Parts: sequence; C-alpha cells; structure tokens
Amino acid sequence: MLPSELKSEQFRGYPPLARKLATDNLATLRNLPLSFLPSLLREVIEYDYKFPAERRALDRELSNLASLSAGQWQEWLGDFAQIKMSPALEKFDWVNSPAQFVEQLSSHLWTTHQQDAFRKAATAYGNRLDATAPPENPPIPRLGITVVGQGVAASDYPLFRRLRSHGAYYTNVNPGGGLQTLLDFVAQRAKSHPISYAHWYIDGGPVAAYDSSLVCVSYQALEPARDLLLARMQKHSEAPGNGPENLRTVMAALRPSDLRLDKTIPDPVLARFQMKLLTEGSGTQIFSTTFAQWAARETLRRAQPLTLLVRFAPRQRQRPMNELLSVSTQKVDFDPQGSLIDADMGAYYNWINQQRLTAADHSAFVAWFENHKQAIAIGPSVPRGTLSNTATDLSKILSWTV
Amino acid sequence: MPRRRPSFALSLPRIGHTLAISRRDFLREAASVTIGSSLLPGTLLTRSGVPQRDRKVVVITFGGGARDQETFAPEGQENIPHLIKELIPQSAFFTQVVNRGILGHYVATASLATGVYETINNFASLPPENPTVFEYFRKDLKRPASDAWVVAPSNGFNRIGESSHRSYGLGQGARVILPKHLLTAATKGGADYEHLLRDNYETPFFAPEIAGNEFELEQLRAMLKLSVGEFKTHALTLSSPDELSVYIVRQLMRQVAPSLLWITMHDIDVAHAGAFSLYIDGIRRTDRLCAEVWQAIQSEPEYAGKTSLFILPDFGRDSDEDSAGNGFQHHRTGDAASRTTWMMALGPGIREGVIYDHALDSTDLVPTIGAIMGFTPSLVQGKPIQELT
Repeated sequence: MLPSELKSEQFRGYPPLARKLATDNLATLRNLPLSFLPSLLREVIEYDYKFPAERRALDRELSNLASLSAGQWQEWLGDFAQIKMSPALEKFDWVNSPAQFVEQLSSHLWTTHQQDAFRKAATAYGNRLDATAPPENPPIPRLGITVVGQGVAASDYPLFRRLRSHGAYYTNVNPGGGLQTLLDFVAQRAKSHPISYAHWYIDGGPVAAYDSSLVCVSYQALEPARDLLLARMQKHSEAPGNGPENLRTVMAALRPSDLRLDKTIPDPVLARFQMKLLTEGSGTQIFSTTFAQWAARETLRRAQPLTLLVRFAPRQRQRPMNELLSVSTQKVDFDPQGSLIDADMGAYYNWINQQRLTAADHSAFVAWFENHKQAIAIGPSVPRGTLSNTATDLSKILSWTV
Repeated sequence: MPRRRPSFALSLPRIGHTLAISRRDFLREAASVTIGSSLLPGTLLTRSGVPQRDRKVVVITFGGGARDQETFAPEGQENIPHLIKELIPQSAFFTQVVNRGILGHYVATASLATGVYETINNFASLPPENPTVFEYFRKDLKRPASDAWVVAPSNGFNRIGESSHRSYGLGQGARVILPKHLLTAATKGGADYEHLLRDNYETPFFAPEIAGNEFELEQLRAMLKLSVGEFKTHALTLSSPDELSVYIVRQLMRQVAPSLLWITMHDIDVAHAGAFSLYIDGIRRTDRLCAEVWQAIQSEPEYAGKTSLFILPDFGRDSDEDSAGNGFQHHRTGDAASRTTWMMALGPGIREGVIYDHALDSTDLVPTIGAIMGFTPSLVQGKPIQELT
C-alpha cells in the first residue's frame, strides 16, 4: 500500500491519542513518501506513551509538514521520494507495524546501497526542522550529574580526561556525605520546579534513599523484568533459524505486561519507557554500566529533563555471552575497576547527550568519583580547562557551577 | 526522524579526508613516519627479489573495528603500542580506506575477500556471491586446497572460504578453521574454557548450521600435528577467542605453511555490549596479537623474507558526534567514522615508514593481493594499489 491510499479506519489499532493524532493529520500523512512516513508513524503510534516534550515535538513536526507548500515539499522531502522501495516493502503492513517496517527499510537501504542517500536526506530534514520548528527552551538551565566508581577502593585511571578541557577539574573534594549532597540538591530543584518527568535519578544498582519528587529508574529494581526478558531471549536463541534481526522484531513487539512491569510501575509511560530500555538497548540486560548509560541517553533524548542524576554501579564480570544472557542463580562476580572505566566514558556520553538539547550553552554538568576526591564541573560560569587542588566539597562545586 | 547536529551534514568524502589527515598527523608525531608522495621505482618483484610463485600473503582483519580516539589519536595510542612502535615504522600505512558497503561483520569481511561489495544477509549462513580471493588464487595458480586458509572467529564465518559463483565455488576455495568451534568440540564446552568461547552480543542468536569446507576436529592431529590433549592444555593458557585464533594460526604456519592465510579477529566487537573497558581490552589484545603474527612471519623459515602482511579493519565504529548512534558501541549510522578506516602493509619490497593519504576502497585489497601473487581477480570492483605492486 502507498501512503496516498491511507484511510482513517486503518488506524483503529492505534491507542486513543495516537489514533486521534493520525486521523486529524490524515491529509498530511497521505502526502508523505513511503521511505519517510513509517518512521513518522513509529513515533505517532507511541504517542500515548510519550513524554510531554516528545508529544510537543511531534505536534510541531506534523504541523510543519501540513504547512509545506508544493515547492517546500520538494525541498524537504524530495530526496526521500527518490529512494527506491521494493515491492515487498510496499506490501508490508507499515501502518500497524511501523517499527518493523523501519527495520526492513534499513536492511533494504544497506543492501541496495541507498543508505548514504537516505542518511543525507534525513540529516537535511532534521536540520531544516530544527531551524523551522525549534524545541522550546527549558524554564531553568539543565543540570546533569554523574557519579562513577561505586565500590572502587583506589584507582590510578585518569578520570574525566575527555571532559577536563570543557570545565574545572577538582582533585581535592571532600567525599564525606557527597552522594547525599547531590541527592538533596536535585530534590530541591524538583520541588522548586515541579514539572512532570523533569527531574530524574537513574541508578545502575540499588537506589539510595531519594525524594519522591524525582522520577527514579533502577537497574536492580528491574531485575525481575530482566530475568523474564533473558528467559525469552534464551528461548529465542534455542529455536533453530532465529537470528539477531528476528530477535529485535520479537523484542519490539513486547508489552510491559510481558515483563510484568505493569504490576510494578503504575505509570504506563514510565513502564513502557523502562521496558524499552531493556528491549531496545544492546547490553542493557546484562551490564549495569551499559544500562545506566543507555537509560541516561534515552532520558535526555526523550524526556529532555531539567535535572538528571546518574549513578553508575559495578557491573558483572565478562563471561561467555550466551551465559550472560541466561538467567543465573549463581552469585554475581563484579568488576569494579572495569566498571569505573565504563562509567568514565558514560559520564562523557551523558554530557554530550545533554549538550544536544536546547539551551546547551546555559546547562551545567558535574561528575564525581564516588567516595573519592576527584570531580569535574562544566557550566557557563566555570573556566574551561582549569585545575583546582584546593580543598572543597560538592556543595561548593554545585554552587559555583549551577 | 533522526536528528543530527548541523556540523555533521558535511559530505562523506570530505569528512573521510579529514579523518585521514588527522590519522596521518597523529602518526607522523607518534611513529616518526613520512608522507609518501611518489611511487617506488620498479615492480614489487624487482624491489623484493622474491618471485611471485614464492610469495605468501597474510591478511588480518583488525578485530571488528576501532575508532581513532581509541587507537591513532594521541589519547588512544596507549592502546596500540605494538602498532605504533613496531609495525607502523615498518609499514606503508594508508590512512583512508573507505568501505562503501554494508557495515555488518560477515558481509563486510566477505566484501574484503571478494573485492566486491557483497549484499548477502549478514546473519545467514550463506557463501559470498562473488568469487573469493582464495578461489582466484587457487584456480589461476593451480594451488592445492592446503595452500589457502581462513581462521575466523565464530560460526558465522564458516562460509567465507568459497563463493556460490558458478565458475568457482564448491571445493575451490580456502579451508576454514573456526577455533572456537574446534575448542567446543574438543572440550565439550568445559567450564575452564568458557573465556575462550566468548561471542559478541549478537552471536548467541546467530547459529547457522555448520557447512562448507570447515576444518574438522579429527584433522587437528593430522594437519596441525596437535593432539586434542595438547590443544586443550594450551588453550588453558590463553585469555580470549582471538588468542585462540592466533595460536591456531601459528600452528598452521608451522605445519602447513599456506601461501594465502586470512585471519579474522573479533574480540573488539564486544563493544556491542556497551562496556567501554571491555572494548579497550579488546583493542589492546588485538594490537599485541598483530605484532605476534608479524613476529611469527619473521621467525618461520617458510614465511620470513617473502611474506606480505596486510592489517585492516573491516570498517570503523560510530563517532561520538552522530546523535543517531551511541558512540563506540555500534557501527550503524553509516557515518564517516564508521566507513573510513585504514590499512597497513608490511613485507619485502613494500616501502617502510610512509603514509599515504589518498582514498582507497575496501575492494582494492583483492586485486592488490592478485598483483602481488600473480593471479587475476577478474570480477572485482576495486583496483590494485599502485604503491604496493
């Protein structure tokens, strides 16, 4: 089927808000190229489970597409229209399974050497959209905090190397009460600016006591869901002929209830978000450091928070992958030193991903080696590439940075 | 739709060239090499004095792709001391090798081996569709099966040795050894060997039926002069699947001495699981193993003085700057960092300690090997690299 043949009743399988959004914009959707539309529908079908920032972004995008003149349409979408599609893709049920269609499209683009042309079209489209319908600025400057190195007694690993040129590196931070200071600080921000899904605490292990004003995601709290998912993955891997692409399709079709997340996370938006962290992220099911980094990335990309505290925890040691992917009753052996290196890179990625959001020039970022003396602070008021050996503490660093 | 930062809307060739220049500058400082601007006089034959019929070629694919930040850039050089200090000063280094094909490991390695951008399913047990370098080599030069070998990391590569092309194919390609498969058969997967059976994140779901010209366990003793007991005992001293591969390679070089030997390393691809420290461990190990293979070439009488070694990744990994990816973890964006990689060539007649910046194509490898060894890969898309022929 081609987009021009779309009818409103074809969206009856969509959740209520998504169905309304699609039918309200039916004329716009009919006018889009097949290489483009399912990517958009992949977002539309999830509308009911999207964070407020995502809904606003999708509303803006659809409104912009509806406003394009014929000449602008060619400019914005002409390159997508040039992508050659296969008959199999045209026959695919892309209305009801847009995510699966996009996987098939990706494979088609690589196989037919059209990946670069698609990439160019997507880049140009994204740039135009950002310029024409930019995301709104946050009401207060964003703050990202990353805590690394839990459980590491000593390390000579050169921490925060990638971040040092962007801010001030502190080497004599009083570690006493450091984590509590950070948790109190982010809770205070949440109370001062009580906005839905705006203030987050992600922990790669068991959570510390935190204020209920924060949205919390914990790797340890998701253990039952992870075990259920690993059992499904294991079953899938044992069936003959199943490969990773097929696994992705199976995982994309899961619902929170399949992992019993609907029982443990009352908010359906958060339940679906946490399910996707496990089903869409590579390695998030087995390594806590990977989980914490990916969860931070997805939180920043999707919820666009004002405050994000990420605390890395030790991950399990490497073992054969098929063993890691099995549900194990054995005692877990941790790798704190390797986890510190993972988390150091994770801190860098958290900063990069925060900088991709609006008002990046005003945002602040702090990373701290838990229970140790090293920290890095980045912000508009912080001199770049500086080093401080003076005794200080995290309260002072926060006051200078945020 | 995916969003990308405006600064990365530059064209692929331009970014690729920028990457190449950076790589060159890093190397000039770190490895004291010079820029190659002219061709050496004469042919490889006159420069090396090694007749084509005696020449051997070893190819190492560098572990599933690593980025400059973790390798050739100043902050990454600590991870590749052997490449920087030992191999690059002895090599012709090509800073810009572009892979324009599919960025999946099996299909990309198949493309390297055929000189054509293959479009086979990366996750299926399928042979390449175009003739492999092994088939050209054996057919043109009338070499026996024992003269072309592949040592590859996992079951997924079991069909890499020969194509489905109607003019070549069955029985005309390379023998393939999958060391992990061999070890599993020898040990029945005992707990002491688990660390050598690690796969990347995707491989547990990738279990094609073993087929093709695969090396069998009973041939361990007959060809490699290695008992199952010796194999198991030595395996206990190793730390990774790629170490196991290199152990088999050394045994193969000593006992069989094939003229064309292809080694696919894969430890680095643990990056897909997202643990940066494991990815770095993989790079350091691969760096060391490349040096060990070169040392083996120098010390084995059948190889010393007549072997060309090529080391190249099948492709790179995603850059940190492309928001569509997740940095080092994958190679999915098709950005310049994931497509633009490098190659080093060492051996008699190859100019040492020079860097070449001009763009090469991944498919140029097979015709270059053909020119060195004296066969004609007629169906390739690439062309011989002038500086190496």
